[in-house]
Amino acid sequence: MSRTHHTGRTRRSTRPIGRRTPNYLAGVGVLLWLCLVALPLYVMLGASVQSRAEYGKGGPLSFPGSFTFSNYAQDFSNGFGRYFLNTVVVTASVVGIVLLLVPPLAFAIVRNRGRATSSVFRLFLLGLAIPAQAVIVPMFYVISKAGLYDNLIGVILPTAAFALPVCTLILTGTMRDITDELFEAMAIDGASTRRVFFQLVVPLSKSGIATVVVFSALQAWNGFLFPLVLTQSEETKVLTLGLYNFQTQYGIDIPGLLAAVVLSTLPVLLVYLFARRALVQGLMGVGGK
Amino acid sequence: MKSDMAAAPGTVSGAAAGAPRKRPDGRTGVSRPGVGWALPAALFFGLFAIVPLVLVAVLSLTRWGGLGAPEFAGFDNWVTLFHDPVMIKSLWLSVLLTGLGVLVQTPLSILLGVWAAGPQRNRAVLSAVFFVPLLLSATAVSVLWRALLDPNFGVPAQARWLFGDGNLLGDRTGAIGVLVLVSAWQFTPLHALIYQGATRAIPEVLYQAAAIDGAGTVRQFFHITLPQLRNSIITSVILMVVGGLTTFDTVLILTQGGPGTDTTISAYYMYTKAFKSFDFGAGAAIALLLVVVATVISLVVVRVSGYDKMAGTKDGLS
Repeated sequence: MSRTHHTGRTRRSTRPIGRRTPNYLAGVGVLLWLCLVALPLYVMLGASVQSRAEYGKGGPLSFPGSFTFSNYAQDFSNGFGRYFLNTVVVTASVVGIVLLLVPPLAFAIVRNRGRATSSVFRLFLLGLAIPAQAVIVPMFYVISKAGLYDNLIGVILPTAAFALPVCTLILTGTMRDITDELFEAMAIDGASTRRVFFQLVVPLSKSGIATVVVFSALQAWNGFLFPLVLTQSEETKVLTLGLYNFQTQYGIDIPGLLAAVVLSTLPVLLVYLFARRALVQGLMGVGGK
Repeated sequence: MKSDMAAAPGTVSGAAAGAPRKRPDGRTGVSRPGVGWALPAALFFGLFAIVPLVLVAVLSLTRWGGLGAPEFAGFDNWVTLFHDPVMIKSLWLSVLLTGLGVLVQTPLSILLGVWAAGPQRNRAVLSAVFFVPLLLSATAVSVLWRALLDPNFGVPAQARWLFGDGNLLGDRTGAIGVLVLVSAWQFTPLHALIYQGATRAIPEVLYQAAAIDGAGTVRQFFHITLPQLRNSIITSVILMVVGGLTTFDTVLILTQGGPGTDTTISAYYMYTKAFKSFDFGAGAAIALLLVVVATVISLVVVRVSGYDKMAGTKDGLS
């Protein structure tokens, strides 16, 4: 992005230096990668709209001759509707908790320069380095002692906690860009801390908040580990766990299985279509940046 | 509002004196949030992330079958682990898979990222497609690839000339290869994205100067782009190391650690110990070991590369 801005300002003749001839080698490499990326996605979509008999005859690479949504319908009646709903509940709750906790925290970190807040910040930075895999055993202990085993709340709480460090990092970054002058202007108006927060900080951090929402939603939607070890019954199953179970039980029903994969991914793909920028930034959050 | 702002710098002290909420420490009178604003998040995080992290150390010194109370067992779990051939092998396998992941994904993602950083419109469109694997959950990716590679109903059945009996996951080399391939398929876009951002931050002037000196695209890549991406390479490698050592879903769904224990990496071994054999003490010990190994490797990467001594350039973990 920044490059196009720069070049826009310099004289046009200097722009395409070194890039005048198309890079054929890169073109070939990129086409190869495109095949590798697109082939599984093609098989996924193609197989999910074929009947089992047709898939068995034509194999994974054949183009679907007749479209059918029976695989999807069958998945829904096999419990995927329920799993879908559970995943929606988990995702919405995780986003809610994150939205409740992170903006005030980031506000305190950026504006209160006391020692206590900076140690809190350091705690969260340390948290960046803790992989969820490292704590599933004690998490199982804590959640079962709290009586939340096999309860969606028991999945929501740790998932939200593990989304906090990256979200905090993203939002403190955004809030640091708010200039001191604006805070001083609010102070002259005699604004309380609460008013500063709701009328200045939150409106000016909208892009950061959007990123945080997308990041935490993605973490919750795609989360597998916590549901795997903290739930067991059909009523609390989320989509990822449903997929895993489907695979171990009816792994040979490939069209049904792949329809389920599409179902589990569809909402994320829709968000990607309509809000790509926020999603990409949210994903970069995965990289701890 | 506008006149207030214009007057602000000169009249700060006067305004502050008149402001109703002057704080004892604030010279400017800007009301600053108290620690209370950070407290709910800190408590929540402490309870669900820091407490478990401490507990993992405590539990590693106990014997616990999942019910009742854990019993103190001293260093029994640790002694057993270090005499457990599967454990030793799993550590070696974790390092092998992580190393292969770094070797495969780093060049690929640098090339893709630098390519995607170009201003051409078709690159932006294709990058959007390349990005899709990252949107899928690791579970979905693994299930998808497992279906693709199914020896009877998948791609290998269509291309016997290439895959032989088609049971790619049936032998050690094949299983490891599939795990490396699937991780690369999913995570190369993430790292490419890191490199794309970093490449766009490289000042255009450097390329213009090089072009005037007669350097072609290839030389520009090796003498400008690559050195400028140094910090990003370190960031990305650390992410790959931590991610690789904790890879779990992929192994659980694609290979279940098999054939035999040939892909039982430590993270997966931890899961089976704790949640299949109900030996939670041993599971906790493996978990702690993994955290320590990942931290040590990350620190070594930072030290060896001299990352900690670099005056912060724009990218990197800031």
